[in-house]
Amino acid sequence: MTNHWVDLKNSDCILIMGSNAASNHPISMRWVMKAKENGGKLISVDPRFTPTSAKADVYAPLRSGTDIAFLGGMIKYILDNNKYFKEYVVEYTDAPFIVGEKYDFSDGLFAGYNKEKRAYDKAFWAVKKDDKGVPERDPSLQNPRCVFQLLKKHYERYTPEKVSEITGTPVPDLLKVYETYAATGEKGKAGTIMYAMGWTQHTVGVQNIRAMSIIQLLLGNIGVAGGGVNALRGESNVQGSTDAALLFHIIPGYLPAPNESLPTLAEYNKKLTPKSADPRSANWWQNRPKYVASLLKAYFGDAATPDNEFGYTWLPKLDAGQNCSWLNLFDAMYNGKIKGFFAWGQNPACSSANANKVRAGLAKLDWLVNVNIFENETGSFWKAPGMDPKKIKTEVFMLPCAASVEKEGSITNSGRLAQWRYKAANAPGKAKPDGDIMYELMNKIRELYKKDKGKFPEPILNLKWDYADDKGHFDAHKVAKQVNGYFLKDITLKDPTGKDLNFKKGDLVPSFAFLQADGSTSCGNWIYCNSYTNAGNMMARRKKDDPTGLGLYPQWAWCWPVNRRILYNRASVDLNGQPWNPQKAVIKWVDGKWVGDVPDGPWPPMADKEKGRYPFIMKPEGFGASFGPGLNDGPFPEHYEPLECPVPKNAMSAQFINPTIKIFAGDMDKHLTCDPRYPFVATTYRVTEHWQTGLMTRWQPWLVEAQPQNFVEMSEELAKMRGIKNGEKVKVSSARGEVVAVAIVTTRFRPFKLGEVTVHQVGLPWCFGWIAPKDGGESSNLLTPNVGDPNTMIPESKAFMVNVIKA
Amino acid sequence: MGFTRREFLVISGAVGAGIGLSSLGIDMGPARAYADSIKMDKLKTAKQTTTICPYCAVGCSIICSTDTKTNQILNTEGDPDSVINEGALCAKGAALYQTTANNPNRLKKVLYRAPNSDKWQEKSWDWALGEIAKRVKAVRDKDFIEKNAKGQVVNRLETIAHVGSAALDNEECWPLQAMMRALGLVWIEHQARI
Repeated sequence: MTNHWVDLKNSDCILIMGSNAASNHPISMRWVMKAKENGGKLISVDPRFTPTSAKADVYAPLRSGTDIAFLGGMIKYILDNNKYFKEYVVEYTDAPFIVGEKYDFSDGLFAGYNKEKRAYDKAFWAVKKDDKGVPERDPSLQNPRCVFQLLKKHYERYTPEKVSEITGTPVPDLLKVYETYAATGEKGKAGTIMYAMGWTQHTVGVQNIRAMSIIQLLLGNIGVAGGGVNALRGESNVQGSTDAALLFHIIPGYLPAPNESLPTLAEYNKKLTPKSADPRSANWWQNRPKYVASLLKAYFGDAATPDNEFGYTWLPKLDAGQNCSWLNLFDAMYNGKIKGFFAWGQNPACSSANANKVRAGLAKLDWLVNVNIFENETGSFWKAPGMDPKKIKTEVFMLPCAASVEKEGSITNSGRLAQWRYKAANAPGKAKPDGDIMYELMNKIRELYKKDKGKFPEPILNLKWDYADDKGHFDAHKVAKQVNGYFLKDITLKDPTGKDLNFKKGDLVPSFAFLQADGSTSCGNWIYCNSYTNAGNMMARRKKDDPTGLGLYPQWAWCWPVNRRILYNRASVDLNGQPWNPQKAVIKWVDGKWVGDVPDGPWPPMADKEKGRYPFIMKPEGFGASFGPGLNDGPFPEHYEPLECPVPKNAMSAQFINPTIKIFAGDMDKHLTCDPRYPFVATTYRVTEHWQTGLMTRWQPWLVEAQPQNFVEMSEELAKMRGIKNGEKVKVSSARGEVVAVAIVTTRFRPFKLGEVTVHQVGLPWCFGWIAPKDGGESSNLLTPNVGDPNTMIPESKAFMVNVIKA
Repeated sequence: MGFTRREFLVISGAVGAGIGLSSLGIDMGPARAYADSIKMDKLKTAKQTTTICPYCAVGCSIICSTDTKTNQILNTEGDPDSVINEGALCAKGAALYQTTANNPNRLKKVLYRAPNSDKWQEKSWDWALGEIAKRVKAVRDKDFIEKNAKGQVVNRLETIAHVGSAALDNEECWPLQAMMRALGLVWIEHQARI
């Protein structure tokens, strides 16, 4: 989230699309409803009329997988009706940038496409720069090659009628949504978006979110109270674990993972540190070398020296283009290329798309380590229905861990707020905190490498691994301080006003502005620098002062970065530093300094031609980007059909599906589109009473009583067509698997009219699995396809094709 | 009197409810005495700590009351002091109690399943972690890739993979990734990808 949960109350219009917040982030609705009490509007766009829709002022249905068509129509509406916030668009976004001659778009394909490689040459999408290397801009927005005009041209085709033919949304409903949301383009008004897996789990997932980001930039909604682009993250610490880079492509703090073409730290820094020729661009990532050096010092301590590049060579390097993401991981496992596997607090046997392939992969491992608080379908895969334990060689280590209330530490919510939690009791039986498990395991591995050298022992033996307390137990405070960072020698630095600040060796670093590239500071994750300082554990704070009245609560816990509650808040003010909306001022320039939230950098407002900086400080050029030349599937979002869809062609262009997606072609990678055997669109979702695969909640009698078994929701029309009655057991099948579920026949789903064609959609929760409760049914991820977004490789679990018949 | 705000709420709530009903002519004496005895017992013996809900990422605060004699959690409830949830919880958060030792379904033993076996065996931590460490080292020593096909130094291991965990604390996630990267793993993924 660029903003945070409480801030929702400040919004004039909340669009919930790609999310059913009322069911899945229930307490968020507390703040949504406060916005409504203050006169704000709530819009719900969803294939199904959900509990969120029930609270909405405006509801519009759409067929799963057609969000870009829907949002592209909104972009066109905003531009055609002059609803955009011109001052913001001209000053703070790339709309005036001139795009180079090579860029083109024709019939669904952007310039630079290579059919054999299924990939684009992004050099075709470069923007024009002047002699100094600064992007050329036309503030009048009239140049036919400026981003604004190209955007207009791109979405010319997205007329309400064309959109409706694709999405199945009635034209009046479309227009009602467009009109209501576009009203936030007025200066001083704020609109926000709440989205979740309903947008990410598509072969066009990133472009769904980009389409909305373009709308937010056009309407001037980023940086302001009640605005922003807000991903509702689904796990209590999925934000923190992403920040910590439990992902193949990054190392902590969103630094790119090293690869073969970056053999030295010097080359890593040279190639990956962005440059800007514009003195008015803060280009914050120019500080990257400081964050990398400090991270390496946190990893390897005293063993990291300037002579050994702070241990950079000890980090694993990917091959260029090597993609070790989820779907590829389980493809490698299924093909017998992985021997050992840790599933730590996760249940891929139910959570992965095409879960049958995952389960088959687990049977090909030599060994599996599963750490969890309950028995689950991953650790016990060898005794699943259809498995013959005698034929499965995989050894399984099932390690019982502590629950959230049985240990101490912080977790980071969707609003980037790191809150500390305390230990209330010991874990039952022999269960241990995860911290102790990993600490002891690594100590055992280190002992083995000490005793009997083995391959490349340096990173293992040099890893700083001293996170135990006096009694030998894992100490969360020691790690929290390491993540925040230390000064490693006495040092004098200057604060932003030029005053000398003296730091001693062993002091905690107060802010990432003080991190160094020469090895004199350590920091496990630069964005968490400031979270645990000499003044104490900022994440444990519980003070409720609210000086702005906006609900920023600056002393409640701690928010990254540097306790800034609203990102890009410099875009909430005009060139003179005065808020677009004086009643809801996030920051304001008063008597030569900023008051309010922690501003996005110390510089004065833009009116100061010398010292002012553009507000989008994480972009090299400093502008919010409508034109995204960095993505794999094009600089503008374009509608493509899901890999499995109910229509024989894309009504928008000759390009049927996203031309850059990776299509797996093994015996378990089946997909069937527009096939009469699988005539219905399907999607998956969750219920309030269960969480994710249900691993934690299916073992709780109170929750199982409320939601005991898998179900499939369908329209009355579909039920009639198939002769299915409400409450009957039915079989739902796809090209990959089948599940038995109880039919819920409801008006919450309605058939979609796509031009002359009627299309039906069904939906199933994915919270169930064979292990518990008894007769609760199987995971709906047995049905979903293992195909991913070309940028993130997040699977397309939200749009696929099924059949439904009586069981 | 040294009441905290929460203790005051608990006591005044119990008394207030009794007065409310007795004005309707219902004798709440015995019930009130029973309610008071539970509440007072909780006050006398419970230690209160705050936690953050382990489910979605709204970050609701929850108060855990732990019996100081038995060290068992005896109650969990929404934290009215939280600026985010102001005491409110959803069905899952309100059932947090059933994730604790109070739930007999919790895993309490280290279990091992041997190749081709159809059952779990109980093992010690020392044995299990020692055996895992041996297997990690054996695979790593055999399969570690110092140079790729082009002869470039890559220092990685492709035959061990890790997934998880968005359920851990930040202070656990960080050492977990550090450990996996020190071993040379590149298959490091978790919930954010799906």
